[in-house]
Order: sequence, then C-alpha cells, then structure tokens
Amino acid sequence: MSRSSSSAIPRSALVTMEASRRSVLRGMALSGLAVGGASMLAACGGGDSGPATGSGATVKFGINEAEGSGAAYDRLKAIADAYTKESDTEVALNAVDHNTFQESINTYLQGTPDDVFTWFAGFRMSQFADNGLITDLSDQWPIDGLGDSFKQAATASDGKQYFVPISYYPWAVFYRKSVWEKNGWTPPETNDDFTALMDDMQGKGVTPFAFGDKDGWPAMGTFDILNMRLNGFDFHMSLMAGDEAWDGDEVKLVFDTWRKLLPYHQADPLGRTWQEAATSMGKGECGMYLLGTFVVDALGENGEDLDFFTFPQLDSSIAADSLDAPIDGFCVAAAGKNQEAGKAMAKWLGSAAAADAGNNGADAPFIAANEGASTSTYSDLQKKSAEVVGAAANIAQFMDRDTNADFANTVMIPSIQEFLKNPDDIDGVTASIQEQAASIFG
Amino acid sequence: MSHIDEAPQSTGAAAPPQGREKKLPARDRLTVILMVTIPLLLVLLLVWLPALLSVVLSFGKWNGFGDLDTIEWVGFQNYTDIATIYPPFWPAIQHNLIWLGFLFVFPTLLGILLAVILDREMRGSRIYQTAFYMPVVLSLALIGFIWQLFYSRDQGLINQVFGTQVDWYGDPDINLWAVLVATAWRHTGYIMLIYLAGLKGVDASLREAAAVDGASEVRTFFNVIFPVMRPINMIVIVIVVIESLRAFDLVWVVNKGRNGLELIGALVAQNVIGEATRYGFGSALAVIMMLISSVFITVYLRNVFREERRG
Repeated sequence: MSRSSSSAIPRSALVTMEASRRSVLRGMALSGLAVGGASMLAACGGGDSGPATGSGATVKFGINEAEGSGAAYDRLKAIADAYTKESDTEVALNAVDHNTFQESINTYLQGTPDDVFTWFAGFRMSQFADNGLITDLSDQWPIDGLGDSFKQAATASDGKQYFVPISYYPWAVFYRKSVWEKNGWTPPETNDDFTALMDDMQGKGVTPFAFGDKDGWPAMGTFDILNMRLNGFDFHMSLMAGDEAWDGDEVKLVFDTWRKLLPYHQADPLGRTWQEAATSMGKGECGMYLLGTFVVDALGENGEDLDFFTFPQLDSSIAADSLDAPIDGFCVAAAGKNQEAGKAMAKWLGSAAAADAGNNGADAPFIAANEGASTSTYSDLQKKSAEVVGAAANIAQFMDRDTNADFANTVMIPSIQEFLKNPDDIDGVTASIQEQAASIFG
Repeated sequence: MSHIDEAPQSTGAAAPPQGREKKLPARDRLTVILMVTIPLLLVLLLVWLPALLSVVLSFGKWNGFGDLDTIEWVGFQNYTDIATIYPPFWPAIQHNLIWLGFLFVFPTLLGILLAVILDREMRGSRIYQTAFYMPVVLSLALIGFIWQLFYSRDQGLINQVFGTQVDWYGDPDINLWAVLVATAWRHTGYIMLIYLAGLKGVDASLREAAAVDGASEVRTFFNVIFPVMRPINMIVIVIVVIESLRAFDLVWVVNKGRNGLELIGALVAQNVIGEATRYGFGSALAVIMMLISSVFITVYLRNVFREERRG
C-alpha cells in the first residue's frame, strides 16, 4: 500500500528493502494527509536575500520522502548534507510523504515550490517542461558519468534537458535461485524455451507467474513489456504519447498474447497486492514474477537468493533489448526563488559524488545512474541490474510515467483490470480504451 | 411547538403592536444582522461558491496546468462522456444504491434492535455498548486494513480457517458485499448509539401508561415509542442516506474504488485528487453526485416542512 497509489510507482529509492509491514502502516496513515498536501508543500515559502550560491546562500530542496520513512529519506538527507559540505550552500530540506508529494505536484509547482525537487524522467517530466513549470537545464548538460540514454530520458519534447537522473530500477522476471536449481530450470533464451519452461513448471505443480494487480498499476508492466516485444520500442512510445490507435491490430495482438499467457499466471490477480504475489514466489508456489527490483522489499530478506532475466524475445524481427527501467532524479522549479543555486545543485546531484553520498548515508543502496559511482555496497542483484540496463538499447519509464497521468490512471488501470476479468472480450476493451483516449488526448 | 406560538396571539389585545413600531434596539439589531450575515457569508463562501465553481468547471477540460484561461470549454462533453464511454460510471451509480439499500435493511435495523435491547438496562449493558461502539471510533482506513487481514485471498484469516480460496476483495461479484459487511460492522454501532440516546430521552411515563393499558413490549415499541422517536428516526434516515452517498474511505483503502467497488465518490477522487488531474471531468462527476443528493435533501426537507405545518 505504501507506494500503491496507482501512480505511486514503486521507487528506486526502495530498491533494496526496508521491512514492509511497518512502512505499509505508515504509508497508509500518511496518505490520509493527501488532501492537505498542497498547503503542506507550499508551506516553505518566504523570500530570502543574500548570495545565490556558496557560503551564506540557501537552496530549497523538496523531496518526496517523509522524514523517517527509511532508507529513501536517509539517502536524500545524506545527499543534502553532502552538498552543504561541498559547496557551503545551506540546503533547506522540505520532506513530504511520497504519495502526498505526487498528488499535489501540480499545485506545488504553480505555487511557491522549492528550488530543486525530486521527480521522474519521461513524459511526466516533459509535461511540466511543456507548461513552463520547470527550468531548462541544458546548460548544465552533459554531466560527467551520465551516458546518452540518461540524457535522452532527461530531454523534453523541445529537445532540451530539464532533468538530472540519480538512480533507476529495471523491471524484469525475478525468480528464486534455490528453487530453480532444485528443479533444474534455467532462464529461457527463446520463446520456445520460455513456453517449455512454463509447461514444465505447471507439470511440477508450480504456477509459472506470480501475479497481483489489486493496486492497478503492476499489470501495466506486463502490458509494457509485451508491447515492446511484439510491436517494438518506437511503437510503444508513440502509443503512449497518444499517437497510435488503441483499437488497432498491434494492441489487439498484445492483449491476445497476454490472454494466452494468463493461464500461466496466478489466478484472481485483482484481489492480490504485489506484495502478496511476491510472497507466493518467495515461498516457491510460483516460479517467477515480472516486477521491478523492489520485489525484494516484499520478501523481507536481502535478495541473495534472487536472480532475474529480461523478458525473452517474442518476435524474431524485434530484438529483446528494450525494458522498463524508471529513472528517478531531480528538476529545478521554474517558480523557485533561487534559480542559479537550483541549477548548480541539480548539476551536482547528477554527479557520482551525490550518488555515493546517498548510498553511504543509508543501509540500502540504490542503483546509481552515474557510471562513476561506487558499486562497492551493491548486492549481486544491483550489479546485475546495472549491467542489464547498461546493455539495453531502449529504456521505457513504465506506462504511467510514459503517458498522460490522466489516461494511465483513469482509463488504463480500469481497462486492464476489465481485460483480466474478461480476457475474451479484447475487441470490447480496446474499443473502449480508444474512445476514452480520443476524448482525453483530444 | 405551534401550541406555544399560538397561545400569546389568542390574547389579542395585550400583544404589542406589529409592524414598523416594533423596532429592536440598535445593539440587538446589529447582533441579529451579524448573526445572520456571518454564517451566511461562510456558507456562501465555503459551500455554494465551490459548488458553483464545480458546476462551471464541469463544462470545461482542464488539467490544472497554467492559468484559468487555459481551460478549454467543451459544453456537455464531460457529461456525455461519463454517460456513454466511461465504463465505471453506471456501476458506480448502481453500487451507491445497493449501498443505500443494504445500510437500511441490515445494519440500521440491527442497530435499532441492539439499542432497544440495551435500553432495557440488562446487566453488563455498558460493556456491550462499548463493544458495539468501538468500531465507530476507528477510522475507516484502519477498518479497511483490519478487514484486509480477514479477506486476503492467499493469507487472509477467512480463507485460512475455512480452507477456501474465495477472492473476497478481487472478485467483482463478491467484493462489494465483503466491503458492505465491513461497513456494517461500523455502521451498526453508530446507529445503535444514536438510537440509544434517543430512547433514553423517551418519557418513562409513556411506557408506564402503555404497561397499565396492558400493551405488550413489542406493541408498546411500535405504537408508542417509535412514533415518539420521530425526530431520531429522521436523523437516522438522514445519516444513512448521507453515509451511503459519501461512502468512500473503505473502498479507497481496498482498491481505490475499482473493479467492482466503483462508487461515485471514489470516481471523483480518482479524477481529481490523485495525480490524474481531469478537473473538468471530475467536476462533472461531482455535480452528478450533488444532483443525486439534492433529490434526497429535497424529499427530506419537504417532508419536514409538511410535518411542521401540520404539527
């Protein structure tokens, strides 16, 4: 529940665990504050004078983690402290609960926002750029250690950069090493291997795929990967941008393939949270689970017995080199008071030093975007994540970051759930999505 | 009420002359003016203005970016979209009605029954009262969480104990009823307490009189106590209607009001409060909700006024 607000995508922040139960309760209590969120966010206002950067200057830093919310907060706090030490600029931290932050982001940016704030790459960032709510950071790029794919993810529709990445987490198919060794299973190379593997699992009384979609968003990951494998990355992105028909043959093919895969999935996904599904895989009742690396959160262990592979190729003409790997990072608010300090800090936030400060400041490290960052604290899982994402030719950000949030939340979540309830009515579902997409995208 | 009003008038001549001459002292008049205008302004500002703005917004398309001049006016498009291409809408209307019917038939009647029983001052009635009322004190979000522990398909208490595999919260044919049971758990205590308070206020001599006349307990309740309780009955009706219209918290905690748990309130929240900022569309839903509640309010007020005129 803690990050389940349809849109509250699992954050890289939590790539490695912090115990789930406690944070679930806390998240629930805090999300109750959502309505009052806008004013809370705007509470830190007030003009200031003095130098823009350096000694005596203050930069306001809005973060989407409430104080004491675990590793995610600790990291951001450590990063803020490190910046003060490094540049002598005082960082005024404005810590807000994750869901509250996301739900009030519009009001926040149009009110009196902090100078620098935590945000996500992709369409959701680009939308702010189009509306003049965030500051052009193209004069801060390139940033040492951040490659082209990250620069691409930081670029808005006008071709300029508005974002600085710090970390990411891939979506892949996770499994328990011990369970697979015992059964002699190996990651599939081809679609035939894949089918054979799933059949073997079923033969041994193991449900191949764990599956839970009570919160609505996890199944989006399945749609994303199937669409990328069957129709290619470019089609996926233009579909997300509202430039392709949702009732076309391509989308129908995705749903049809999914329909054939559903018997290999856990039954009744709509009543199961992703944490419960993860537990089923953890217990060995299910063979694998397509999810982000945050899957370890729900297992309550350090993930040493966990491994993953990227979803296999389905169409021989389309390489299996695209995946969802949402990137987290920072933007500078256009309405922020101290633009110069904000930009300077944003640039530093993209550095290896910032990532190291964050990872040294918390028990659970994230996967740093900057290739110069130290990986000494990484688990095998994280090292492999970095490798896989590094090797990917195309990186998507996950459906509700790649498309209009209105569309993702109010149309796609109910529609995918409708499909899962009634997988045979693909024409009906796609027609309904298209009608609503036409109305929203105009 | 009317008896008292009429009494001084019947004395005619002694009454002070009406009209212009009957002026209050300046200070009292000021007090009256302030007492009327301040609440009126507050009501206008906090209730009617936002309501009116919602109505205005419901004819537009706006995602909250930029100034008000970026609103694109689309006429009735939001309403037609809601009625025609927005799949969750009709289920939501239906669920709100089921909610209303269920609350009346089960927890409300049960609450009244419990109140009547507890009113007999049996031994330990305080303990029962506390036990029944306890869920009311808990927030609905917490109640949702508690029931989640019962209802979870894989790890829930119910399925574990009975060895079943019922998908209580995920099966759209079942989850509404599962949530209604959780709601009833709380609603019963709420109605019980209100009704109990009302019963305590009933003049004891009425019961004695009925007892002297040889009426049975059941008959006394239906023929004497229940009619006397009219104001409380009215309050209970209003509460049930309001509760079923604003039903929201529990389904929001369960699955954000989707997949079989659509309610109008949850749809408004999905469109407006969350990250999806379809302000026009959400406002149109809110206006529909407002229209539905005003039907109930009108019926209720008409009833009250008619009774008053008659009384």
